[in-house]
Amino acid sequence: MSARDNILARIRSQSGKAGLTTNADLEAVRAHISSRERGPVPTFAMHDPVQHFIEECARLSTTIVEVGDISAVPLEVARYIDRASLQQRCVGWEEFAALDWQGTGIQYDSRPATGDDLIGITGCFCAIGETGTLLLLGAPNTPKSTALLPETHICIVRKSRMVPTMEDAFQLMCDEIGEPPRATFFVSGPSRTADIEQTIVIGAHGPYRVHVILIS
Amino acid sequence: MQVQSMHFKQTASSKLNDAVLQTALKKSKGKFVDGRALGVAQIDNWEDIRTFAASMRDRVIDNLDAYLLEFERNAIRRGAEVHWAETAEEANSIVLGIAQRNGVKTITKSKSMVTEEIALNDALIGAGIRVMETDLGEYILQLAEEPPSHIVAPAVHKSKEQVAELFMKAHHKPRLTDIPAMTREAREQLRSHFLGADMGISGANFVIAETGTTLTVTNEGNADLVTTLPRIHCVVTGIEKVIPTLEDFATLIRLLPRSAIGQSIANYLTLTTGVKAHGESDGPEQMHIVLVDAGRTKLVGSDMKDMLRCIRCGACMNHCPVYQNIGGHAYGWVYPGPMGSVLTPTYVGIENAGDLPNAATFCGECQVVCPVKIPLPDLMRKWRERQFDMQLRPFSERAAIAMWGYFVKRPALYSFATRIAARVAALMGGREKLIHSLPGIDGWTQGRDMPAPEGKTFREMYAARLAAQKVKT
Repeated sequence: MSARDNILARIRSQSGKAGLTTNADLEAVRAHISSRERGPVPTFAMHDPVQHFIEECARLSTTIVEVGDISAVPLEVARYIDRASLQQRCVGWEEFAALDWQGTGIQYDSRPATGDDLIGITGCFCAIGETGTLLLLGAPNTPKSTALLPETHICIVRKSRMVPTMEDAFQLMCDEIGEPPRATFFVSGPSRTADIEQTIVIGAHGPYRVHVILIS
Repeated sequence: MQVQSMHFKQTASSKLNDAVLQTALKKSKGKFVDGRALGVAQIDNWEDIRTFAASMRDRVIDNLDAYLLEFERNAIRRGAEVHWAETAEEANSIVLGIAQRNGVKTITKSKSMVTEEIALNDALIGAGIRVMETDLGEYILQLAEEPPSHIVAPAVHKSKEQVAELFMKAHHKPRLTDIPAMTREAREQLRSHFLGADMGISGANFVIAETGTTLTVTNEGNADLVTTLPRIHCVVTGIEKVIPTLEDFATLIRLLPRSAIGQSIANYLTLTTGVKAHGESDGPEQMHIVLVDAGRTKLVGSDMKDMLRCIRCGACMNHCPVYQNIGGHAYGWVYPGPMGSVLTPTYVGIENAGDLPNAATFCGECQVVCPVKIPLPDLMRKWRERQFDMQLRPFSERAAIAMWGYFVKRPALYSFATRIAARVAALMGGREKLIHSLPGIDGWTQGRDMPAPEGKTFREMYAARLAAQKVKT
């Protein structure tokens, strides 16, 4: 008997069930799973998700700016870099490489981030109003490390991709992609720790700054 | 981790006199307790969410074999290898085997209580592999060579001065005491380890049956790097961590960070399903999931099965008046506070942890704050009953309980005896009405005075009040 068989057998006998797990047991579990039952959701989460997203970002120390159109993004990034006195060099996802970066003097490298990159620019699959959360789905042209390794993460979010709750985000993911990709990554503000004397410090192993550019 | 729970009493009294620890505990208590209260107050239907979560966890525990098999099927379908370990030793040898087969020399690790349980680091380091803990708290403790004292905030017992000493020695840099600067220094120290490690080891807050996903909940971003950068990712987790669906995770994440520290959500939730796809620049080539029993099946179907619902938020210890005064190390194993007082005797034997279920005032706060409604006081009481039945408590205690039982079963005698005791105690209190020392239980009066009773028993006073009311009417 393998460890697997022993563990499963112990679970069965402890639960007062005879023999091995039956097909009926597995079918019952699958039936419950496919019912995709949702738990209760707080009332506030059902209100205007965009408004809530903006409020939650403030609480999480995520800065946010609204622009009318995707073409305004490079100028907005340049302004942010200027205000925060950062270097004018970014690494980012392929989908934004065609924007007019040169006109703003920013060097935009369309490639995954390495440990030395200081600013990472990503989009997101969708954003969640309830908690001010960005959902990033990893794929060859949307690497997760770009949101994680640099000290500054700039995320471009389309208002049309704002959903009220995490359940809605999962629903959208299942509708559009089917299954969760390898890296399904929820980001809510810059990294932080309180491990020394319970004092909150922004900037642990992930970014120090998360800046959202919201496109109406 | 080596079990020290049999030394609970001695350790607890030394912890009461540890000035650094007492300052740390006072400081953290407010943050945890007030933080949670604020976080929970944001949600109008907290109770409904708790009820839903508790019954969802029960559904899994009652059908654990089928949920594990469904998880395994989906994890394998997505490219992970699933391993099963009956004991701590088995789990360690599985992980070590994976490392050795793949020529792993360096490992980065994110915080995992299961790996503390099984002492995985000792096994790996003993085999010559370099293991770096990357959660800031765990990193501090690795430098200090100490076990964690809290399941969410492992280094909560350390002062920044103590951390400053450790960093100065380990980093060979000038001593810093500014907490943000210390945090930056640790980030810089660990960065190269993140980038260079051959293998990443994480725990899993939950694993999802529907999709074969394992997931971590962190604020620092360390688990996210550990599970993304190395070529091999190994997850070590308990068999009870399985949940049915992605939607169920959405429910639990409303409860977990709020119960832990009042956060509406943790900064990073990393869901990992299978291995790197063709063309991806990040992600592991191999993913291994080690499902650990190490005592958990003993709880399945037992009168303590409610404990398997636990989502490891730490609220029970944060709100426990005993934990608040002695900290986590006194409990002598991985899990402190009320949840530890139930789990430790199960996992390491009641004969090694007999004081733990007794280290409770039964104020009931742990049950009130538990996000999945675990009746912790009832479960501790069950351990007390078992200890009594197994004759594991000291003779003096059993004799005292037997004597009390004798009196309480004879109401007239009980009434007479308590009348005398109340009068004697009132005399002992003197003019201050405080008893400074009680014969037989002087340990209790060492740190506090006992307020003396008024000289009459409750029943006497109640009878007198009834009589007075009758006269009035």
